[in-house]
Amino acid sequence: MDNLSKDMFVIKGKSIEKMESISRPSLSFWQDAWRRLRKNRAAFVGLCIIIFYVILAIFAPMLSKYGFSTMDAANQHAAPSLQHWFGTDATGRDQWVRTWMGARVSLSIGLFSATINMCVGAVLGGLCGFYGGKLDMIMMRIVDILYGIPSLIITILVMMVLGKGVAPLIVAMCVVGWIGTCRFVRGEVYRLKEQDFVMAAKVLGVSDFVIIVKHIIPNIVGMLVTNLCMAIPGAIFQEAFLSYIGLGIAPPRCSWGILAKEGIAYLRVHPHEVAIPAAIICTTMLALNLLGDGLRDAVDPKLRGTE
Amino acid sequence: MTKYVIKRVIAAILTLWALVTIVFFLSRLMPGEPFTNPKLTPQVIENMNKYYGFDKPLIVQYFQYMGNLLHGNFGYSMKYTNKTVNYIIGQTFPFSADLGIRALTLAISFGLVLGILAARKRGTKIDFFCVLIAIIGTSIPDFIMGALLQYFFGIKWGLLPVALYKGFKYTILPATALAFYTLASVSRIMRASMLEVTSQDYIKTARSKGLSEARITIRHQIRNAIMPVMTILGPTVAAVLTGTFVIEAIFAIPGMGKYYVESVNNNDYSMILGMTMFYGIFLVTANLIVDILYGVADPRVRIGKK
Repeated sequence: MDNLSKDMFVIKGKSIEKMESISRPSLSFWQDAWRRLRKNRAAFVGLCIIIFYVILAIFAPMLSKYGFSTMDAANQHAAPSLQHWFGTDATGRDQWVRTWMGARVSLSIGLFSATINMCVGAVLGGLCGFYGGKLDMIMMRIVDILYGIPSLIITILVMMVLGKGVAPLIVAMCVVGWIGTCRFVRGEVYRLKEQDFVMAAKVLGVSDFVIIVKHIIPNIVGMLVTNLCMAIPGAIFQEAFLSYIGLGIAPPRCSWGILAKEGIAYLRVHPHEVAIPAAIICTTMLALNLLGDGLRDAVDPKLRGTE
Repeated sequence: MTKYVIKRVIAAILTLWALVTIVFFLSRLMPGEPFTNPKLTPQVIENMNKYYGFDKPLIVQYFQYMGNLLHGNFGYSMKYTNKTVNYIIGQTFPFSADLGIRALTLAISFGLVLGILAARKRGTKIDFFCVLIAIIGTSIPDFIMGALLQYFFGIKWGLLPVALYKGFKYTILPATALAFYTLASVSRIMRASMLEVTSQDYIKTARSKGLSEARITIRHQIRNAIMPVMTILGPTVAAVLTGTFVIEAIFAIPGMGKYYVESVNNNDYSMILGMTMFYGIFLVTANLIVDILYGVADPRVRIGKK
């Protein structure tokens, strides 16, 4: 054994550098989620539909030669044709333009009210869940009471103060809309704050603010985005309901809900007037639901690296 | 357990009191007045206001109303001047509740079966079909659903009556339209929670004990997976039983939904309050029952012990 020295041996085919090097590019949480979302065909189709509708909502009214409120008495209830792609309504207004003008209203109401609700709910729910105690108890009672107030009364009061329009509708939906997110975030934070990594951070003397920003928020942000996707259809539904009972935005502006409501009156004679808005509402909901489902799978840490 | 229930009942009563107080003052803030018929002379309106006590300070009106409420009296409607709110609720609630119970039975039974089937046969055509129904159900607004059912089954194929509420045949379409959304969400949640439960250790234990698949599903999986479904059912039951404006309007059903929306539009204060209280009682009771049932379904939730 004595005549064996270290320089007689050569390492072949293995090096420390190679063993320690990272063979695959490291993916951040969102890169990974995006990769998995793209693989989910249904969710990807949903995303494409949404983008397609948003583009049409922005550009279709600009590029059409018809105005959304220009009436044409000679062309009432026209069937879809080359001149009027989606036909015309009872006063001869071009449905193609009205549909995409309505998309601007419906989509922005859906997006803004859902986003605001999510932010408010997340902050309040987070505070309740993190600090607990008296604050939590009082907040939960307030939530219980707000839940019981008819949303119609709140909507009418908001409309009285702010007038009819898109912004008052968004405000009206936000007055009580944050409750769901608040409950959900509270539960999640309640669960997370008992976990070891938060305990470790506390023991190391990290401030509450940093714990919330660096440890708790990253753990719930995925689910929040998913919730957002599911909340947008809810807001569009509610706008449609309010329009249906005559509390929506003022004419001549329109939303998908108003178009569908006006179309239902002519269901038997001119079925296309309800079929087109209904189909567009349903495909939007479908796309958002598929996207939401896909996002939920994509951001679920339990499914990471299973494929 | 008894202590917990008593505590929750007291909290529920306090919640209802706060609810009625807030809605009382909020409804008075609404623009407009209850007596707007142009045929009424100022003298008549003044007499009407006096008759209903609107000339007194708001706070006196509030205590008067609360006093009546404690006797279970919701007062007179201001729109339908010769009817009490209790009478209107008594006339319309049976229709709404009847329709609601049918819809809920349909939604819960089919929703659970679809969810369980989809989870058991994951990845097969049955699963795909169930998921498809769930997604379609949550993608169609109720007024479009109602109009479509009416058009195809009522007008085009003439199979079922289009509107009114005069027997079993008349209930099928509105109950289906009302049930669809709940059915879809129940089956969706049930499927997700069944799948989550399937990978738990106690299912593996049950399987290695040699229990039959049917027994595992019924005794272990369903019992544990049903909790999230119960959570959403509380508010849903309250909302469905107390009437839905859209479905009742489309199918011309004389239920409560119409009066609720109308009362808000008409500034019919006593109706708004009466309807809100009625709904509030349902909501609070439904949530209470769900919380108590939690303890029955899940032994881990030990109510009353800290």
